[in-house]
Amino acid sequence: MSTPLVEMKNVSISFGGVRAVDDVSIDLHAGEVVGLLGHNGAGKSTLIKMLSGAYKMDSGEIWIEGNKATINSPRDSRDYNIETIYQTLALADNLDAASNLFLGRELTTPFGFVDDSRMESETRKIMARLNPNFKKLKEPVSALSGGQRQSVAIARAVYFNAKILIMDEPTAALGVHETAMVAELIGELKKQGLGIFLISHDTREMMELCDRVAVMKNGQLIGSERVEDVTEDDILSMIILGKNPKAAA
Amino acid sequence: MSDQSSAKAPPKRSFLQSLEIDLRLLGMIGAFLAVCIVFNLLTDGRFLTPRNIFNLSIQTVSVAIMATGMVFVIVTRHIDLSVGALLATCTAVMGMMQTTWLPDIVGLELGHPLIPWITIVAGLLIGALIGAAQGWLIGYHGIPAFIVTLGGLLVWRNVGWYLTDGATIGPLDKTFILFGGINGTLGATWSWIVGIVAAAISLFFIWSGRKTKIRHGFPVKPMWAEFTVMALIAGAILGFVATLNAYTVPTRVIARNPALFGCETGEGCVAAYGIPYSVLVLIAVAIVMTVIALRTRLGRYIFATGGNPDAAELSGINTRFLTVKIFAMVGVLCALAGIIASARLGYHTNDIGTLDELRVIAAAVIGGTALSGGVGTIYGAIIGALIMQSLQSGMAMVGVDAPYQNIVVGAVLVLAVWIDIQYRKRLGGKS
Repeated sequence: MSTPLVEMKNVSISFGGVRAVDDVSIDLHAGEVVGLLGHNGAGKSTLIKMLSGAYKMDSGEIWIEGNKATINSPRDSRDYNIETIYQTLALADNLDAASNLFLGRELTTPFGFVDDSRMESETRKIMARLNPNFKKLKEPVSALSGGQRQSVAIARAVYFNAKILIMDEPTAALGVHETAMVAELIGELKKQGLGIFLISHDTREMMELCDRVAVMKNGQLIGSERVEDVTEDDILSMIILGKNPKAAA
Repeated sequence: MSDQSSAKAPPKRSFLQSLEIDLRLLGMIGAFLAVCIVFNLLTDGRFLTPRNIFNLSIQTVSVAIMATGMVFVIVTRHIDLSVGALLATCTAVMGMMQTTWLPDIVGLELGHPLIPWITIVAGLLIGALIGAAQGWLIGYHGIPAFIVTLGGLLVWRNVGWYLTDGATIGPLDKTFILFGGINGTLGATWSWIVGIVAAAISLFFIWSGRKTKIRHGFPVKPMWAEFTVMALIAGAILGFVATLNAYTVPTRVIARNPALFGCETGEGCVAAYGIPYSVLVLIAVAIVMTVIALRTRLGRYIFATGGNPDAAELSGINTRFLTVKIFAMVGVLCALAGIIASARLGYHTNDIGTLDELRVIAAAVIGGTALSGGVGTIYGAIIGALIMQSLQSGMAMVGVDAPYQNIVVGAVLVLAVWIDIQYRKRLGGKS
């Protein structure tokens, strides 16, 4: 098999006395969608926050495309073409869509000033592709609906030619129609060869969208299985009981 | 696609909407004009004389300069209670520098042409250093800005006292006091030149902004609206210059030194003060700070951090170092305000800048800076400072007793914030 896009090896992190992520190893290949499942507090978000640079792991290694990577900050993570859509969306509510899309990576004029016009027209282009109904380019994002805010966060991740995409509950705030659009987008990005980590609570949705699901409980990885090899019940029992029926069999 | 919106006919818009002037700016200017007109009526026309407008301008400069920095501090959800004390330490250092240290220790003669410039550079550096140190404690050590700068208020007020033994330091250098206001002005001709150039530059920027919008296919306002705005701005600039130029130097002042005003003798010599250097400094600060706020990454990060600190952090913005930069900027502005405040008095006094922190915060807040962070404008803070100063000197001219003056100013502060909150609720914004 080819070199994985991402390999997290024996990763651990503790907060106070709590081992939020305990010796987890997981990998992700190009063109693959890996779903992370588990209860609230199982450690899914914490695990991917180490990959996105929001947290610094206590021990373990991260390898990107076969090379050992050092990720100490969100900026480092972006340098490895890792983009993250956070559960909270991480938008600055007082700024407009373009400012949020380019936050930390503003386009500038030759004199070094931010080039708002160019950023706005780029934003128009990508929004026309992702969410054609999106028209409120001048308003602060606090004035947008949940779905529109979500599409700003998604646009930010997609615009910069990510190789690795982390989506933390990307459909939690969305209606049926918008959820379908996200599913379509995931399929399209997968075809382009991106590797995607997807976090969700919706087991059925995960079975449809993912190639592989990994289940976590109490900071530990219970198992990682190809979706065609398991039933929804298998996954549920992994989430609830913390046992992998496949491994036992 | 992107040209969808421009294909449709633009919806009907009201007169003000077509002008695209910020309603809040309009409201603040309206409030300022109302204050001016009321006082003008109460003082039988003494408030809106060229002389009083000149005085108002130079009295506002020091607080207004610091208020522009306070905007950035408050936008990032911090506060700076130390600005008045910081100003005092800076003027103490600058006062000692030009009257004692440079002459006695370095050996430059009093009146040496380098003295004022070395002094100014030293003052700005000290301000930057102290500000950066406070910012470092806040950003990198997580001590709340309220506490750090409350401590700073006590520390720097008394460092200034210690440096000068509490004495009044002066008289200050002849060149140095040119920055004080009435001691240093451009005169009529140069004021007109500056005014015309400033008007031309603003018109050029409006025009090139319009062209950029057209190039990107964004909607622009109708031509007549564009010209109305241009006329208003050019009119305001030239009107301000004309007013300052209408304040002529009293004949007895000219008689003392006619050559200074370009005359052979004091007889029949008419000269105008024109724009004070201190006002030019304020205008320069306002332009630089506005450019930082709207056109640089630094400004974008300041507002993003104020809107959502976590999002800023996750976007790779170094919010800790950003805090250091902001407080260092405020330090520099305090030193600059200190130059102007002490030059205006001609002395460093031990109580210089006392309670300025409250005036500066009030100016920023009256100018629409939200303490919840993320919202604020430089022009707002300057208009806020103008409103405060107008109220204070207006009431003094009317003869309102001192306690009533402060009661009114306090009430206006609270009222202004209440109005701002109501305005934002109407707009439906969450801030």
